[in-house]
Amino acid sequence: MSGYQGKKNIPRITSDRLLIKGAKIVNDDQSFLADIYMEDGVIKQIGDNLIVPGGVKIIEAHGRMVMPGGIDVHTRFQMPDRGMVAADDFYQGTRAALAGGTTMIIDHAVPEPGMSLVSAFKQWREWADSRSCCDYSLHVDITEWNSGTQEEMETLVKDHGVNSFLVYLAYKDIFQLSDSQMYEVFSFIRDLGAIAQVHAENGDIIAEEQKRILELGITGPEGHVLSRPEEVEAEAVNRAVTVANQTNCPLYITKVMSKSAADVIALARKKGAVVYGEPISASLGTDGTHYWSKNWAKAAAFVTSPPLSPDPTTPDYLNSLLSCGDLQVTGSAHCTFKTSQRAVGKDNFTMIPEGTNGTEERMSLVWDKCVVTGKMDENQFVAVTSTNAAKIFNLYPRKGRIAVGSDADLVLWDPDMTKIISAKSHNLAVEYNIFEGTEVRGGPLVVISQGKIVLEDGNLHTTEGCGRYISRKAFPDHVYKRIKARSRLTELRGVPRGQYDGPVCDVPVTPKVISTVSSVKTSPAKQQQQHQQVSQQPVRNLHQSGFSLSGAQIDDNVPRRTTQRIVAPPGGKANITSLG
Amino acid sequence: MSYQGKKNIPKITSDRLLIKGGRIVNDDQSFHADIYMEDGLIKQIGDNLIVPGGVKTIEANGKMVIPGGIDIHTHFQMPYRGTTTVDDFAQGSKAALAGGTTMIVDHVIPEPGTSLMEAYDQWRQWADEKTCCDYSLHVDITHWDDSVKQEVDNLIKDKGVNSFQVYMAYKDYYQLSNSQLYEVFTFLAERGGIVQVHAENGEIIAEEQARMLQMGITGPEGHVLSRPEELEAEAVFRAVTIASQTNCPLYVTRVMSKSAADIISQARKKGNVVFGEPITASLGTDGTHYWSKNWAKAASFVTSPPLSPDPTTPDYLNTMLASGDLSVTGSAHCTFSVAQKAIGKDDFTQIPEGVNGVEERMALIWDKAVTTGKMDENMFVAITSTNAAKILNLYPRKGRIAVGSDADLIIWDTDSVRTITAKTHNSAAEYNIFEGMELRGAPLVVICQGKIVLEDGKLQVTSGVGRFIPCSPFPDFAYKRVKARKQLAVLRAVPRGMYDGPVSEFSMSRGGTPSASARTSPTKQPVRNLHHQSGFSLAGNPAACGPPTPDEVPIRPAGRRIVVPPGGRSNITSLS
Repeated sequence: MSGYQGKKNIPRITSDRLLIKGAKIVNDDQSFLADIYMEDGVIKQIGDNLIVPGGVKIIEAHGRMVMPGGIDVHTRFQMPDRGMVAADDFYQGTRAALAGGTTMIIDHAVPEPGMSLVSAFKQWREWADSRSCCDYSLHVDITEWNSGTQEEMETLVKDHGVNSFLVYLAYKDIFQLSDSQMYEVFSFIRDLGAIAQVHAENGDIIAEEQKRILELGITGPEGHVLSRPEEVEAEAVNRAVTVANQTNCPLYITKVMSKSAADVIALARKKGAVVYGEPISASLGTDGTHYWSKNWAKAAAFVTSPPLSPDPTTPDYLNSLLSCGDLQVTGSAHCTFKTSQRAVGKDNFTMIPEGTNGTEERMSLVWDKCVVTGKMDENQFVAVTSTNAAKIFNLYPRKGRIAVGSDADLVLWDPDMTKIISAKSHNLAVEYNIFEGTEVRGGPLVVISQGKIVLEDGNLHTTEGCGRYISRKAFPDHVYKRIKARSRLTELRGVPRGQYDGPVCDVPVTPKVISTVSSVKTSPAKQQQQHQQVSQQPVRNLHQSGFSLSGAQIDDNVPRRTTQRIVAPPGGKANITSLG
Repeated sequence: MSYQGKKNIPKITSDRLLIKGGRIVNDDQSFHADIYMEDGLIKQIGDNLIVPGGVKTIEANGKMVIPGGIDIHTHFQMPYRGTTTVDDFAQGSKAALAGGTTMIVDHVIPEPGTSLMEAYDQWRQWADEKTCCDYSLHVDITHWDDSVKQEVDNLIKDKGVNSFQVYMAYKDYYQLSNSQLYEVFTFLAERGGIVQVHAENGEIIAEEQARMLQMGITGPEGHVLSRPEELEAEAVFRAVTIASQTNCPLYVTRVMSKSAADIISQARKKGNVVFGEPITASLGTDGTHYWSKNWAKAASFVTSPPLSPDPTTPDYLNTMLASGDLSVTGSAHCTFSVAQKAIGKDDFTQIPEGVNGVEERMALIWDKAVTTGKMDENMFVAITSTNAAKILNLYPRKGRIAVGSDADLIIWDTDSVRTITAKTHNSAAEYNIFEGMELRGAPLVVICQGKIVLEDGKLQVTSGVGRFIPCSPFPDFAYKRVKARKQLAVLRAVPRGMYDGPVSEFSMSRGGTPSASARTSPTKQPVRNLHHQSGFSLAGNPAACGPPTPDEVPIRPAGRRIVVPPGGRSNITSLS
C-alpha cells in the first residue's frame, strides 16, 4: 500500500484496529447504543464492554450517531467526453466523496458506441484501481446493441461482478436505443439477473426541440432546459416502466429530476412494478432557475441531463418522495467540467458537456433537507443514502449496515454541524459549485473507510489507490425475489383447438404486417420443448392490471367462460368449424 | 334516383316533413316542440307551426327526437391484400342508418409510399357511388416526407379534410417514428388539423408477437397476449407528450382499455387538448372471447388495440364517457368474412383486423349508459353526435336540432328491446361480436337528409344519395384553446455578453447538431405551451404580464439560499 497522502497535513499513523466507544449505532431499521470494534477493515464486535486488545485507537463518540458510510450509486469520475476528461478524476472524486461521508461509489463505465464493453470496463478498472481512495464498483452502460454486446454482458456478469447496466433513451444517434432494442436488452438483463438502469428522456423529441430552439436564436444554457421539458422525461420513464413490465425485468431510473418523472415511478410502484428511482444531489438540493443566470459560466455549470427543473418547488417534492419510500436511493451523478470545458458550448447549448457536482454534498444535503425538516428520521436517512443501494446492487450486508462481519465503513455524524457550501472550500477541481452559498446542517465528524480513519478534526487523510473493486453478484434478493415469483406464476398457453377447415380467402403472399418470425415456425415436437423452456422462462408481469390472466390459465385447459349475456351460439351460417 | 328497399315496396316520402309532439333533445337541453323540415333542412321549430298543406306528418307522441348519430370512425369497403371488407359503403351506411346513425366518417388509408390525394379521390369515388347517408373522410398518414406534407396541405385547403390519423403501431408498415410524429403534429398544429393516433407501441408488439409465435401460440388469443393494454397506455402517454410539446390538439382513436382511458383523463386534467374515442366494441364487449374454442368466433373479435380481457372494462369506459373524460364514440366498423379472417388460421398476426359496430353503437350506449343512469339523454346526444360534429367543425350543421341544421334526426324509442344477432343485422358479416346481447332503446324513425329512411321497422335507403361534407380546419372546439396558448408562451433567450474565457480543446466526434447553422433572428415568435402541463409557469414571470418587449428581460429569481456570487477563481467572464 502506498504512503499516506494528506495535502496540508503531516501523515498520521492510524491503527488497523479501532474502537468506537459510546456510539448510537444507526441502521436503517433501528438505532441503539453500543461500542464498535473493528480490525482489518471489518467490524468484529458490537456491544457493551467489549474485550479488545490493548493499544487500539479509541474514538469517543459521546452518544453521537454512527451510521454506515454513504454509498453514492452514481458517479462519473474521470469521464471522457469528446477528447476532454471530467475535471474530477477517481482520486479527486473519491476524496470529495469521503469528505462528505460517502465511503463507496459506483461509477459508470461508458463505452463509446463501437467499443467493447469488456475493454471499457477494464479501462475504468485500471483508472479506478490506481486512483480511487475508497471502495468502488462499476455499472456498465449499454451504448449499442448487437449479439456481441450480449456475450460481453454475460462475461461481465459472470466473471467481473457487474450486475447493473444502463441504457439511454436519449442522445439520439449516439447512445440512444430504440424501443425494440430496449425490450431485447431488458429481456436479456432479466435472464442474467441484473438490474436495468435507464437514462430516461425521449431523445427523438429532444433532438427536434433542440433544432427548434436553436432556430429561434436561443443558444445559451437556458436552451438546454427549454429543449428538455420535464414531460419528455416523464414520457421516457413511463415507456421504460412499460417495457420493464412486459419483460418482467427490474428497472432502476437514474437521475430523477422532475416531479412528473417521480410521479410516474410512484404510480408504477403502486401498480406493483419492480422499479426504483434515484434522485441526485442536484435535483434534491437546487433547481433549474439558474439556467437563466446572466453569468454564462454559472448557468452552464448547471447543465446536466435530464435538466434541473425550473420549478423551484421540485427539490422539496423529491425529498418528500424519498422520505415516503416512493424514491429509494440517492446518487450524485457527479460529473464535473471546468468552465473552459463547458465553454465548448458557448455558442450552442447542445455542445456544453453535461454534469454537475454533488458527491461531497449529498449526505449533508439530504440530512438538511429531510432529517432536519422532519421529513424522515435518521434510520430512513441511512436507508436512502446507503442501505437501499447496498440491497439493490447486492452488496448488503457487507455494505450499508453496521453489523458484525460488515465492512468497517462508518461515519460518525454530527447533526449540529453547519457549513456553507462554496467552491472555495470544496474538495473538487472545478471553479463552480452548484450549491454555492447553500447552508447545510449536519455533516460527518469522523469518516472511517476500510477500517481506517480518513476524516478526523476536519482533516482528510486519503490514500490514492487503496480503493478496492467490489464485485457484485447477480440476482440480488431485494430485487429478484419478486421477479422470480412472478415468472413462476405467469405461464402463457395457447387454446387447444382443432384445425380450422372452413374456406380461406385467397390472398397474395405479401404479409400485411411484416413479422420476422412467421417463417421460422417450428414443428409441434419442437414446440413441446419450447413449452418447457417457457415454464422456466420468466414471463410477463400482469400484476399491474386488476385482472389476472394467470388465474384462468392455471385451471387446465378449460376454455374461458364467456360473458353471461351471450345465450345463442354465434353465427347462423354453415361454413364455420364448430369445435366448442 | 331509385329507391332501394330489399323486401319493401318503395314508398313515396315527401321532401316536406313535420314532426309533431316530439321532445327535442340536444346536448344542452330537452324541450317539447314541433319540427318542420324542407329540402333536407330544419326550417322551423316551435309550437303551432304554420306549414304548407299536404306535408307528411309524423306523430312523435312525446317521444324523444334527437340529432342523428355521427359515427366518427368507419372502415367501409377497405381494401385488404387484394380483397375488401365485406361491408361496402352501401351496406355499411345502410347498417348505420338502421341503427340511427345518419353520418359516417370513414378513414382513407393510402398504402405507404403512395399518394394521399389519389387515395382520397379513390375513397371519394367509392363513397359517392354507394353511400346512403352523408359522410366525411379522415386521411391516414402512413408515411411522412415533403410530398406528403404538400398533399396534407392541399387536402386541408381544397378537399375538406381536417383530421389525419398517424399510426404508432404496425412496425415497418404504417408506423411513424417519434421524430416523424413530432413533425406531423407540428405541421398539423400550424394548419389547424386534428391529429388522430392509433396508439399502440408497435416495436414492443413486434417483439411480443415473435415471442408468442415461438411459444407455439398461433390462435387469436395470441393477438391479445401480444398486445397487452399497457402498450396501448404507453403509446397514448407518448402521443400526449408530443402533442403537448407541439401544442397540437390530439384525438386518440379506439380507446380499448382502462389504462389508456386513464391516461387520457389524466392528460385532460393537466389541461391537454385531447379527445378519446372508445368504440362500440370496447363499450359493449370484452376480450375473453379470444379464448373461445371456436376459432372463427375468436377470430371475429380480432381488432387493434384488442378488446381487453378484463370483463369490467366496458363498464369503466361507459363511465368515463358519462363523466366527459372520453369525448366521442365511433364504431371502427371494419368487417371481414370468416374466410378472410381465416387467412390467419395458423398465425394470429395474419388475421385481418376489425369488428362490427356501426349499427349497434347508438342502442348499445343507450343501454349501457342511459338506462343504467350513468348519463342523461343530453349527454348521450353529446357523445354520439354533437361532440363529433364540433371536432369535425360541422357544428351546428350536424349534431344539433336547430333551425338551419341538416334534417338528420331520429325519433328514439327508449322502451324497444332488441336482441342482436347476425341473423338479423344489416352487415354482410357472418358473425356479430355482440351476438345474443339484449339492448333496450332503438330508433323508431330515422330521417336522413329530410327523408324518412326507417319507419315501422322498414328500412328504405337510397344508395349514392350520401353527400361528402367538407370539414374546415381550426375547429373552435379544439383550437380556441390552442390559439390562446400560442399567444401566451413565448420563448426568449437570455441576453448575455459573449463568453470570452478559455475554451478547451475537443474533438467533434459526436454531439454535433446539424441545424445549428440555420439560426434565425430572435424576434421570430416562438410558441410553446408551458402553461398548462406543469404546475410551474414560465409565463408567470412578473416581468411578463403582457407580451413582453425584447427589452424586458425575463430574469428568473435565483434560489433563495444563494448568498454569495459563485466561484472564486478569476478566469470567468462575469457579466452581472
